[in-house]
Parts: sequence; C-alpha cells; structure tokens
Amino acid sequence: MSNDNLISVEHLYRRYAGLVAVKDVSFELQRGEVLGFLGPNGAGKTTTMQIITGNLAPTSGRILINGLDLLDRPRQAKGEIGYLPEQPPLYRELTVDEYLRFCARLNRLRRDTITAAVDRAKQRCGLEQVGRRLINNLSKGYQQRVGIAQAIIHSPAVVVLDEPTVGLDPIQIREIRELIRELGEEHGVILSTHILPEVQMTCDRVQIINRGQLVFSDHVDNLDRRMQSSSLILGLQQPPAQHILEALPGINDVQALDNHRFRLLHAAETNPAGAIAQQAVEQGWGLFELTPEHKTLEQIFVEITSSEQSDTEIEAA
Amino acid sequence: MMVFTLAQRELRTLFLSPLAWSILAVMQFILAYLFLTSLNDFINLQPRLQNLESPPGATELVVAQVYGSAAFIFMMVVPLLTMRVISEERRNRSIALLFSAPLSMTEIVLGKYLGLLGFLLLACLMISLMPLSLLFAGPLDLGLLLAMFLALFLLSACFAAIGLFLSTLTLQPTIAAISTFGALLLLWIIDWAGDQAGDIDASGVLEYLSILRHFEPLSRGLFSSTDILYFLLFITVFLVLSIRRLDADRLQH
Repeated sequence: MSNDNLISVEHLYRRYAGLVAVKDVSFELQRGEVLGFLGPNGAGKTTTMQIITGNLAPTSGRILINGLDLLDRPRQAKGEIGYLPEQPPLYRELTVDEYLRFCARLNRLRRDTITAAVDRAKQRCGLEQVGRRLINNLSKGYQQRVGIAQAIIHSPAVVVLDEPTVGLDPIQIREIRELIRELGEEHGVILSTHILPEVQMTCDRVQIINRGQLVFSDHVDNLDRRMQSSSLILGLQQPPAQHILEALPGINDVQALDNHRFRLLHAAETNPAGAIAQQAVEQGWGLFELTPEHKTLEQIFVEITSSEQSDTEIEAA
Repeated sequence: MMVFTLAQRELRTLFLSPLAWSILAVMQFILAYLFLTSLNDFINLQPRLQNLESPPGATELVVAQVYGSAAFIFMMVVPLLTMRVISEERRNRSIALLFSAPLSMTEIVLGKYLGLLGFLLLACLMISLMPLSLLFAGPLDLGLLLAMFLALFLLSACFAAIGLFLSTLTLQPTIAAISTFGALLLLWIIDWAGDQAGDIDASGVLEYLSILRHFEPLSRGLFSSTDILYFLLFITVFLVLSIRRLDADRLQH
C-alpha cells in the first residue's frame, strides 16, 4: 500500500532565529483523502505547507512526495504538487488564459497537451467565461479560483491549499468546497483553514497543530463521535427538587441554569432522554424542552489547544 | 527550455507595462537629437577634416558619439528595468509560483536575466538603426560599428546583472533601483581616484575594476579578450550571487 502514500512527512523541524515554528511534525496523506489542517494563528500551518511545497527548507526532517524525496530530487517531487498559497501567486497583468498557459509550461506539460489542460482546469474552477479577461480586473473570488486552477493544472498527485475560501461569498465558498471534495477523489488534498465547519464539511481527516506541534489527528467520523452530546437541556414548568433529578437513572450530574431549565450530564454511551420524558409526563413536571447538547468542533478545538497550552505551562513551571 | 519560457514571460510583462515603451521612446528621442547634432557638426567640419592626412570618418566621430551617450543613458535606465524583476515578485508573493514549480533556482535567475537581455538587445538594435541609416549617404566602417554594438550590449548586460542581484536583496523596487544606480555610477567613476592617487599599484586595480576602462577600448574597435573576459566574469559573478541569494531565501528568514 506504500504507493498510495502520496505524502509522508517524517520528524519535520523548522527553526527561525531562536524560534521553533514546526516541532517534530510527522504525518501521511493517502490517495483520495482530504486532510484538514487546523490551528490557531501562528501555529505553524503555513510554515508546514511552505515546507511541503518546497518554498521553505526544513531545518531537519524528511518529506516524501509520491515516493520522491523533496530534498534530494526537488524537481521531480515538485512536479507532483500543486500549491495555492494564502495569497494566490498571480501575474495580474496577464489574462487568465495566458497565465494558465504559462503555469502549464512551468510544470513541463507537453506542448500539445497544454490547451487541453488549460481548458480542463478552467472548466473545473468555473473560469470558462473569464478566460480572456485580465486577472487584475477579476473579483477576489475569481482570482482565488484562478489560483486554484493554477494548482491543479498539471493534475498533481497532491494539491495543497492554504485557506482557499478566505474572502469569498457564501455561494463561492460552497462551490470551492465542492471542488475540493471533487479533487479529493483523484488527488490527495491538504487544506489549511481556521474555519471549522469547513473541515467538517470537506475533510476526511483532521489534524490540529498548535505551537508547531501536532496535537490531534483523527478521522472526521471519530471527531463527530467526540462531538456527540454527553448532556441534555431539560426545561420543566413545575420542576421537582434537584436531588430527584440527580436520582434519575443514567444521570451523573445536574446543573440548574435558571428556575425552570437544567443541564443534565450523562455518560456518553447512554442516552437517558426517553426515560426522562416518561418520568416527566408521569409526574406532571410540565416538560417543555428536552434537547441534546452538541459539542461543536469549536469547543473541541478550544479544548485541545488550550489543554495543550496548560500542559506546557505546567511543564514550564 | 524552461529558461526561455520564463524569459518570454518576463519580456511580455515588460511590454505590457508602459515602462518599457516609455524607456525605449525617451532613449530613442534623446539619442536621435544627439545623433543629429553630431551629424551636423561633422558636416560642418568635413571640409577642414579633408586636409588631414588620414581623416576620421563618420563612424569614428558621429557613431561613437551616439554609442558613448547610449552607454551613459543605459546607466540610468537599466536600474529602472531591473528594479522590479525579483523584488516585485517577492512583494506580490507570486514568487511562490516559481518556487513550487519544478524549476531550479538557476533556471529562475537565468530566465529572468535572459528576458532582460532580450529587452536590452532590442534597445541596442533600435539605437543602431540611426548609424545604419548613414549607409544611404555613404560607406561606414562596419567592423568598428559591430565592435561598438558589442561593447554597448555587453555593458548593458553587466548593468542588468548587477540590477538583478540588487533586486533579489530587497522587497522595495525603488531601493533596488537607487542602489543599482549607485553601484553603476561607482563602477563608472572608480578609476578617477586612481588617477589622482599617483600610486601605481592602487590605480592599476581601480582601473581594472572600472567598467569604463573595459568599455572604451572595445568601443574604439580594440577587441581584447581581457575586456570580454571582464564582462563575462562580471555577469557570471552577479548571476551566481543572485542564485545564492534566492536559495538563501528558502533556507533562512
């Protein structure tokens, strides 16, 4: 299965004068996978992506792209990668067609395949209508799409996108997300973002990086499971005493939110909602609300990044 | 192959901005004025020149004047051309496109340099059209003309190499321009100090460094391999420095 490993990064370090921006990062990317790269600002997302795409040399570590070592054979390895940096690398004085043809040639496409490649990239990114316009005159959203078209023009094994949906309107964002999903079917995609729902919607796997270190890496399905509720919000017109609620089967703890509403904490694997509803009706508590509380990805994200922070603080102390 | 793709785009970008056109226009205008005045002087002087034993011809008097002035104008114009070559790409972050494409640093630098050379070659050719128009009126010393052309082109190629290097050092095109201009002017006048110091060894070194000392003999038709080697060495050094500088970009910040 090793040839399905599009990227494998091993023990990557990157130091800037006195600062360790990336610390012992290792991960892999399989074909047909969209990997979400999450992290607060300055966590090392962009640095990692610049290293993978050969824009920045690592201080130490090894990067294999489709089996090619990026440091030993940069030329072949870079041919397997398409990169959209945070700021799309556009030549604004060229038209979209001219620009994409230039990119195709830079990536050493054969002369007779260039036109087909440009057309295909334009079609996938919805640029058919603007081929002859100057990039400078396009809206931000279209410029972003030109940036993506540039990254996929040579159908690379891996597409690396750094915050591809920043500055787009909601419809464009949806289109780009669809495109990313589509790309993920044939290529491997690494997507950096700090928009958390985007990760849930488009990615198969999530990695969270904080202070240069990978602190979390799991499938989105598992993340969904982690997000499943372990608490219920219960609203009652005539609430009984709190200790009666605490005594309900499966309930670990009860917090009163106000006179009529309570948060009931329960074990993650059981769901006592049915039993509670039955009780409430039988006892005439006047049930008006019973909702499971979902943890958002935000909460998990904050939990992971801040717990990591307190860990390091403890270490420091 | 890749080098030519890059050079072609560089040249195209140059001509998509008004800068290249205005540079060519202004240069051509000033030199045409100079050409006409020196041609006028030459026609006025001609009856007296004929009394000399081996009178200097139009090539020595008129054409040399044009190429000499062109060299001086290039000193001011080339910094404007080279200033944005790399610094602007770094500022717009479009350099990432080149860095993540399957290209070596050498190819990137050579491509950019070749694009600049293409423009300079065009400028030199346009300037040469004026002396060549004299062929309608009479014979020219074509060998001498060729030597002058070569001297001017090599000189501008050196200017471009320095300009390219200084453009890799900064994100601000204007800083690249002013420092290139400073460097070129210094190279132009560096032997002045040598003249006055009276110290033979020191003035020898300074004279050797002075770009003018290598330009002048060649433009008088004195084809010496030392001078050609000086120009080629000069270009190579600054191109290698540019490559090293871009590589360092990847390594350290």
